[in-house]
Amino acid sequence: MAIITPSKTQPAYDVIIVGSGAGGGQAAYTLTLAGMKCVMLEAGRNYEPARETPMFQRPDQAPLRGLTTPEKPFGFYDSTIDGGWEVPGEPYTQASDKREEQFHWWRPRMLGGRTNHWGRISLRNGPYDFKPRSRDGLGFDWPIAYEDVDPYYTRVEQLIGVFGTNSGMENTPDSPEGVLMPPPKGRIAELLAQKFGRKMGVPFMPIHRAVLTRQQDWQGLPAKLHPDNPRAQRIVQEAMRARAACFWATDCGRGCSIGANYQSTTVHLPPALATGDLDILPNAHAREVLVNAEGKAVGVLYIDKATGKEMRVLGRAVILAASSGETVRILLNSNGGKGVANSSGLVGKYIMDTVGTSVAGQIPQLEDCPPHNEDGAGGAHFYAPWWGYKDQAAGQLDFPRGYHIETGGSRRMPSGANPVPEDFTRGLYGTRLKEAARRYYGSFVSYSCRGEMIPNEGSFCELDPALKDKWGIPVLRWHWKWSEHELRQVAHARKTFIELIQSMGGSMRSPESNNPLEYIEAGGKIIHEVGGAIMGADPKHSVCNQWNQTWDVKNLFLCDGSSFASNADKNPTLTIMALAWRAGDHLVEQAKKGNL
Amino acid sequence: MQETSLHRLSRRDVFKWFAAAAVAMSAEEGVFAVGSGVPNPAGRGYGTDPDLTRDYKPGDIWPLTFDAPQRAAAAVLCDLIFPEDHLGPSASSLGVPAFIDEWISAPYPVQSADRPVVVEGLVWLDAEAGRRFKRGFAALDEDQRRAICDDICDLAKASPEHKKAARFFSKFRSLCAGGYFSTPPGWKAIGYVGNTPSATFDGPPPEALKKVGVEQTVG
Repeated sequence: MAIITPSKTQPAYDVIIVGSGAGGGQAAYTLTLAGMKCVMLEAGRNYEPARETPMFQRPDQAPLRGLTTPEKPFGFYDSTIDGGWEVPGEPYTQASDKREEQFHWWRPRMLGGRTNHWGRISLRNGPYDFKPRSRDGLGFDWPIAYEDVDPYYTRVEQLIGVFGTNSGMENTPDSPEGVLMPPPKGRIAELLAQKFGRKMGVPFMPIHRAVLTRQQDWQGLPAKLHPDNPRAQRIVQEAMRARAACFWATDCGRGCSIGANYQSTTVHLPPALATGDLDILPNAHAREVLVNAEGKAVGVLYIDKATGKEMRVLGRAVILAASSGETVRILLNSNGGKGVANSSGLVGKYIMDTVGTSVAGQIPQLEDCPPHNEDGAGGAHFYAPWWGYKDQAAGQLDFPRGYHIETGGSRRMPSGANPVPEDFTRGLYGTRLKEAARRYYGSFVSYSCRGEMIPNEGSFCELDPALKDKWGIPVLRWHWKWSEHELRQVAHARKTFIELIQSMGGSMRSPESNNPLEYIEAGGKIIHEVGGAIMGADPKHSVCNQWNQTWDVKNLFLCDGSSFASNADKNPTLTIMALAWRAGDHLVEQAKKGNL
Repeated sequence: MQETSLHRLSRRDVFKWFAAAAVAMSAEEGVFAVGSGVPNPAGRGYGTDPDLTRDYKPGDIWPLTFDAPQRAAAAVLCDLIFPEDHLGPSASSLGVPAFIDEWISAPYPVQSADRPVVVEGLVWLDAEAGRRFKRGFAALDEDQRRAICDDICDLAKASPEHKKAARFFSKFRSLCAGGYFSTPPGWKAIGYVGNTPSATFDGPPPEALKKVGVEQTVG
């Protein structure tokens, strides 16, 4: 089994997996290593990181020095194919003309999905994050607790390789001893933020990211991950051996040809393919889950993009892991447009993104720093986990939930953009301009809020009543609303960042504003869309149960972010993988009992 | 070396640029007049799935814009802004003029908006050189070029009649800096070190930690 075309599909599979990113990749890994025969549908093309990743390509080798264009919105070398904020021929619509009521939907069309370019930030949800309503009366509790997911977080961290340290901080879980890889050293601007953050009570420390800072323990880990499964151990050993440790160059957003960071295409899919039990069908755009008269899923109807024809693939169970938006779209379009798994009427409801805002600054202390290499692990080394639980408990903050801080600013590779703003080089040209650029380069910093959004009734998606995509499939229409909770949160973050910059003797470089609606990132812009088919304890108020299994269709599982009942400030990818592994284990168990 | 130098061009060509510049100068509002001999780019973009491992050169994907005099003026201006000196080679030796040509020729909105600013700015430079010194900008000596650039290199201080040209200079300097510092010699000039594999990541060296006043906290 391997990468196939529609004519090569088997008559029937154990499981059909729609989507090849974090959730689909993990599901394929878990199921095939347990011996189940799977087919994976990917709406985009096949993608081979070892061959296609631009590892050392320079900006001056790219068109427009690699800067962003509408066709490559995160830059030429970003590992996003045939997508971004717009996908040609596959539009979506907005219910409102107002900026603050719109949702921006990032979609790649490639094997591995967003995992090829993501930031690799891998944070565990904490105990509070699974029971938010019980703590403050807002949003929803999950039907599971931290203890249910903890062992799966550990397994995922061991499988994908995550660096970081145990902080011991409230609601910021430690990993078992020896699970995390050693963190890389701090960069100069990160150490400066740490020094001045400490004085304000803001704890900057090593972040957790899925980058191998040393070779994985390929001899020891597979037996821990797959006890009593020698075949899985053998396959995973080989897969781990094939990954190299980071060589401290090349931005992770380009992907990684040596497998030093996690992307589905280098970590999940190779061992899944090595089982011989996975067929991957690229260019297959899922349209509907096929359901029989008994209400069971029997297959998936998809468009073969090569021919434009509608095709079917059959299986005993279906996993949707197409991203929250696309999973919702498939559910609503199924059953001839009547929808499946939607007796609650909640499919599409409670879409959440991460709350984002950033402040930029210039720090004189960082000027004229002796040149040195800060490429590091191709992304952030430090962050500040949310530190405000005590203040919140004491009633000193005007918003619930928290945010973490991601740090920007280092001596990064200058791309084609002018690295020094005009106001620092006013009137200059010639050697004096070069000298000024050399002085100020590396003195610019930014701090970003990544916070929890509480699900609300005004943020959802539904089928557009009129518009269809180029395949004739109804598209999504988005609704968006920020509540006072998010707006107060970004106001707090902005105030904190300005204070931090000023405490360092720096100056704020973001536009002045007293209106949070102006500086909160638009919905979707952080690309952490979750929800839309939330899990819960009862079928009236949720779409799936604690196993990511839809209440209405027992053999239909939702293994992307759509099942999230809340969206903690922790980036969702690690939790998507942990829950997909857990759901996969459950599915295997149920299949053994003949319950599918 | 540029393939064409100004003083070898015909009088007829020179007349054409001066005429074009006169049209550009007649615009009261906006940076310069749009559409005075600056057609919109006709080329297609690189699409949503370009080969990321290829070595691209300006002109590979969409046609370039500059005619010979514009190319010559751009090269001379680039090298006035980024000359060869103790910090590195000149901008034209790093292909910066061709990058700027590629930029303003690109079929995307941001770049298209810069197109008339740059093209008409270059034409204005030649016209201004002609008015002051009876020669094209590229044929001036360094002091003469500086005399013009000193009037337009600071947008805030530029006189009212030089505001438009100063906006052009600001845009051109910014593009030039982007093009210059994104090359290996430009990296060296600005102090970027990296894009090279290494067995370990050692973090900032002691002299950098000392300069900034911080200590390494990760063992």
